[in-house]
Amino acid sequence: MNQNSAGERLYNGIIKENPTLVLMLGMCPTLAVTTSAINGLGMGLTTMVVLALSNAIISLLRNIIPDKVRIPAFIVIIASFVTVVQMVLQAYLPFLYDALGIYIPLIVVNCIILGRAESYASKNPVIPSLFDGIGMGLGFSAALTIIGAVREILGAGEVFGFHFMPESYVPFSIFVLAPGAFFVLAALTAIQNKVRINGEKKGKDMSRIQSGCNSDCAGCSDSGCSRRFYGESKENDTKGEVK
Amino acid sequence: MASTWKELLVILISSSLVSNVVLSQFLGLCPFLGVSKKVETAAGMGTAVIFVITLASAVAGVIYRFILVPFDITYLQTIVFILVIAALVQFVEMVLKKFMPGLYVALGVYLPLITTNCAVLGVALKNVQKQYGILASVVNGFATAAGFTVAIVILAGIREKMEYNDVPQSFKGMPIVLVTAGLMAIAFCGFAGLLRG
Repeated sequence: MNQNSAGERLYNGIIKENPTLVLMLGMCPTLAVTTSAINGLGMGLTTMVVLALSNAIISLLRNIIPDKVRIPAFIVIIASFVTVVQMVLQAYLPFLYDALGIYIPLIVVNCIILGRAESYASKNPVIPSLFDGIGMGLGFSAALTIIGAVREILGAGEVFGFHFMPESYVPFSIFVLAPGAFFVLAALTAIQNKVRINGEKKGKDMSRIQSGCNSDCAGCSDSGCSRRFYGESKENDTKGEVK
Repeated sequence: MASTWKELLVILISSSLVSNVVLSQFLGLCPFLGVSKKVETAAGMGTAVIFVITLASAVAGVIYRFILVPFDITYLQTIVFILVIAALVQFVEMVLKKFMPGLYVALGVYLPLITTNCAVLGVALKNVQKQYGILASVVNGFATAAGFTVAIVILAGIREKMEYNDVPQSFKGMPIVLVTAGLMAIAFCGFAGLLRG
């Protein structure tokens, strides 16, 4: 498949390099807002809008921004879009604005966004970058919605306001509280490890799957993350060319 | 806004223990999980975080109070805070290198790592959201960072012991650390009753 086509970018973001489930990026919002499926979906879509717009603008400006000050420039662009989105949410979706609270401005420091800016948008034309942002954003939304749904079903017995469990079910309310987020993520990373171990046994290349933000990524949108992201996608790109 | 001692004490306890920054707010998770392999490095990271967050909340508080509010541009807070924090960390690094080389050697490795740690921005934004004055902001910043340090040092202690345990293969590495963090979060839920009495 063509490396830069819109469809390939969407597939890449949602399945192949899913930012949450495969690359394990942007963990802070993932844990904090997934107390219910609807919050997860809202956060995911908000991030998607910021990601797509900032990718498009950064890609437009990629030949103008000097290489040395690119990170601050990217951060300013991202922060501007976050501010715009925050104001739109406050005006039109106040319930979501209240539910997500401080995590909306914190989208600025989500490593997925800076990671994509650094590794993709700053090197590719506008349309693929836009679709790359949408694809990654959809992947993030899907992951957050799934995690939110799991936590809501276990912790409150319902999802999207729809009762899922029989009357006799006593919810484990711990799953909608803070500790539940850690347990769900622990289970998720354990499944991921299992997939990787099984894959390696069969001799497949599983280096793409990361397990957690390890020591090389010690600050959320610190260069560590983007560097890792950058290194990987460069690898993938060259792989694509060889094929 | 004048704050009494009692208010400051409440902020101190609630930000450091009751709503612990990592275990109940999920801010600063990356360093929490990434730099908690040894107690020594965890303590170093904690000290650097206390230093930077306290300073950043003071600077952000001053900028908000004396620049953003008078000019009626508070909607720019996110952009301004993130740039100020990034610049501040760079500046602190240079100052420490020049004037306090001992402290620089001790904290140096950790400083760049916190440049855009979400906890720093999170605290600055929380201070605005809760309408804290400058003194209360500094206390809140210090308390939040102290809570981070307590959590990361405890986690590092547990992880050091866990080296000798027999962990199921697919739970090795990150998953077991997350389970530990979850159990710590449950323990920290116990502090919730502290402020009602």
